[in-house]
Amino acid sequence: MIFVDLDALASCLASPACLVTQTTSGLIIGMLLFLVAVGLTLIFGVLKVVNFSHGAFYMFGAYFAMTAYQLSGSFALAILSGAVGTALLGLIFERAFMSRVYGRDVLMQLLVCYAFVLIFDDVVRMIWGPEFKSMGMPAAFQVPPLFIAGGVVPPYYLLLIGVALVAAVVLGLGLARSRIGKVIRAAAHNPGMVSALGINTGLIYGGVFALGGMLAGLAGALAAPVRSLTPGMGFSVLIESFIVTVIGGMGSILGALIGALLIGLIRSFGSLGFPLFTEGLMYLFMVIVLVSRPTGLFGKEVA
Amino acid sequence: MTRTRKPGISRRSTLALMGAGAATFAAPWVARAQAKTIKIGMPTILSGRVAQLGTSSRNAVMLEVEKVNAAGGLAGRQIEMVIRDSKGQPQEAARIARELVNTDGCEMLLDGEASSGSFAVHEVARDLGVLCIHTCSEASSLTADPKQHIPNAFRCVRQGIHDSIVGAGYAAGIAKAKGLKKWATCSPDYAYGRDTTGEFVLYLKKFAPDVEIISESWPKLFQPDYTEVVTKILQAKPQALYSCLWGGDLTSYIDQANIYAMFTQMEVFAVNMADYTALTVVKNLPKGIHSGDRYIKTFPPTPENAAWGDAYKAKYNEYPTNWSWQNATAVMFLNEAVKKANSTDGKKVAEALTGLTIKCPFGADGTVTMRADDHTLVGYAIGWGTTIPQEPYVPDVKAGDWKTIFELEAEWKKSKGYT
Repeated sequence: MIFVDLDALASCLASPACLVTQTTSGLIIGMLLFLVAVGLTLIFGVLKVVNFSHGAFYMFGAYFAMTAYQLSGSFALAILSGAVGTALLGLIFERAFMSRVYGRDVLMQLLVCYAFVLIFDDVVRMIWGPEFKSMGMPAAFQVPPLFIAGGVVPPYYLLLIGVALVAAVVLGLGLARSRIGKVIRAAAHNPGMVSALGINTGLIYGGVFALGGMLAGLAGALAAPVRSLTPGMGFSVLIESFIVTVIGGMGSILGALIGALLIGLIRSFGSLGFPLFTEGLMYLFMVIVLVSRPTGLFGKEVA
Repeated sequence: MTRTRKPGISRRSTLALMGAGAATFAAPWVARAQAKTIKIGMPTILSGRVAQLGTSSRNAVMLEVEKVNAAGGLAGRQIEMVIRDSKGQPQEAARIARELVNTDGCEMLLDGEASSGSFAVHEVARDLGVLCIHTCSEASSLTADPKQHIPNAFRCVRQGIHDSIVGAGYAAGIAKAKGLKKWATCSPDYAYGRDTTGEFVLYLKKFAPDVEIISESWPKLFQPDYTEVVTKILQAKPQALYSCLWGGDLTSYIDQANIYAMFTQMEVFAVNMADYTALTVVKNLPKGIHSGDRYIKTFPPTPENAAWGDAYKAKYNEYPTNWSWQNATAVMFLNEAVKKANSTDGKKVAEALTGLTIKCPFGADGTVTMRADDHTLVGYAIGWGTTIPQEPYVPDVKAGDWKTIFELEAEWKKSKGYT
């Protein structure tokens, strides 16, 4: 059994082919994680609740996409249904349930969310069945991988990284520059004042929750062709998203991006250098960040 | 005018009742032995990620029990199955097994637990002395280790060590023919994954001594993403890969490895591929993955096996699993053993089961045997072949040789200190 294999890591770092392959591999893991984590961090930043049921939106995104793909055969429609479907679900969930526990005890919020983790898993089990499913890769992407500087890069993953990057940029610019973005940021700082100015804060809260759900759903839809679908699939993604938000800083979009990419790269390069300690490396990194900067790397910024 | 009895219970009947009560608490299944129906208890996993283990086991049991009941039951007694969900937790499996016997009055147990739970149920069987047939646990030590041996427990399941011997023999043949010297492994990081991979590598090196393992990956069980594992294996450039990933983990892995064109760059040996649960789920199944037979209705290539697979599919609208044939075989064994013993008494049935050979659609030669010395199933169809993306999925399965299995198994037992 090999515990530490620094030779493998060093020889990979010295070879451009290996660097390209492992870096894209890290980017894929990181960008999917970013989409889930950024929704989590956005909801926390504005609504001040930790949405423990966030993984369920990732799961629903994947299932919606699979069903749409089976019905229509169109991959674009599949991605769209994953995103739009979870946005609607997020809106309903926020208005019907989460809006009732704002400002309550954290424990209360946690219990409501946890109840819905179980309920959503069972709903999926009832609709799609308990056994695992696979969506299958769309024909357009069933092509040999590209070779960039000798490294292997599947075209589908380029699309995936591209879509996630676009989402990151649109989200970042939208919040920073647009009018709605300003209102959202104002609502995060002082909801009472925003409400006094005649703006419907309930609508903003619902909208932000829907947006967060949509991003997780988008991640699920993008992951559906390569990951098996099962009830409860959101759980492990949720755990890693929490690590990302802790590293990046709760409420920071840039933090979520950097945190997710760091986790992705730790996984891809860590699996070469520390094959039995890859998971441990992630947690170790989280502990180091928590000890040295308890607010996370970008914890000061508020969305 | 007739004399009326005083209300209440006489001293004599009180004593009789107390005696009966004591007997009931001491050995409840004996007390109920005269009941018309015979209850058989079955703890299994009916919820969670591996719910399919339990549902496909239950389906197969019910399919066979219906046949037995239609033919008159076990020694004239209709079978009533009592099946409970353990959720895959060993302590829950043990509790349910005990309850099935003590409270529900089950006279026999079919243990449909995965390896973890089966050892717990085994202890209950040891304690209560009730007849118990394990139907899902493939862990070799359950019957190979003499410390586990009890007269009333049997295993009607394929076994890890048998699979490793046959798999390694098959793989070594291909390794020699194609000159595959550099191998990588990628298996889930828990007892089953580690043990099975270790045994496979052990025998592969024995059969093909110049094989070398150049890369090992141990992803977590139920890990959603294997990209870093896939790219790591690609970097190592092995000529062949062995994996005992299974179920959703295996299908995820295949989908993710496929877009890196991994299957065109090396020979892949995935022992758990040829099971309908995985075969029918993967949308873009690559051609030419080598796999062990889990359950395939075309192997053994007999009309009996094909008919059984079709009957199951007609009833449940899905193909049977590896667990299905094992559970069906257990019911067949019970039926034959009761006939031989001409009794449903657990002790007599256990004696009849020991060393019993029955006709069975899943036998390598049309029969299977409950080996007398370690109470485990032998002679079942076991083999390896390569996959194609549509039915029959594994068109040509190369059967393993039971003579070789017995020889090497005996050696292995000796090396483990079991004999």
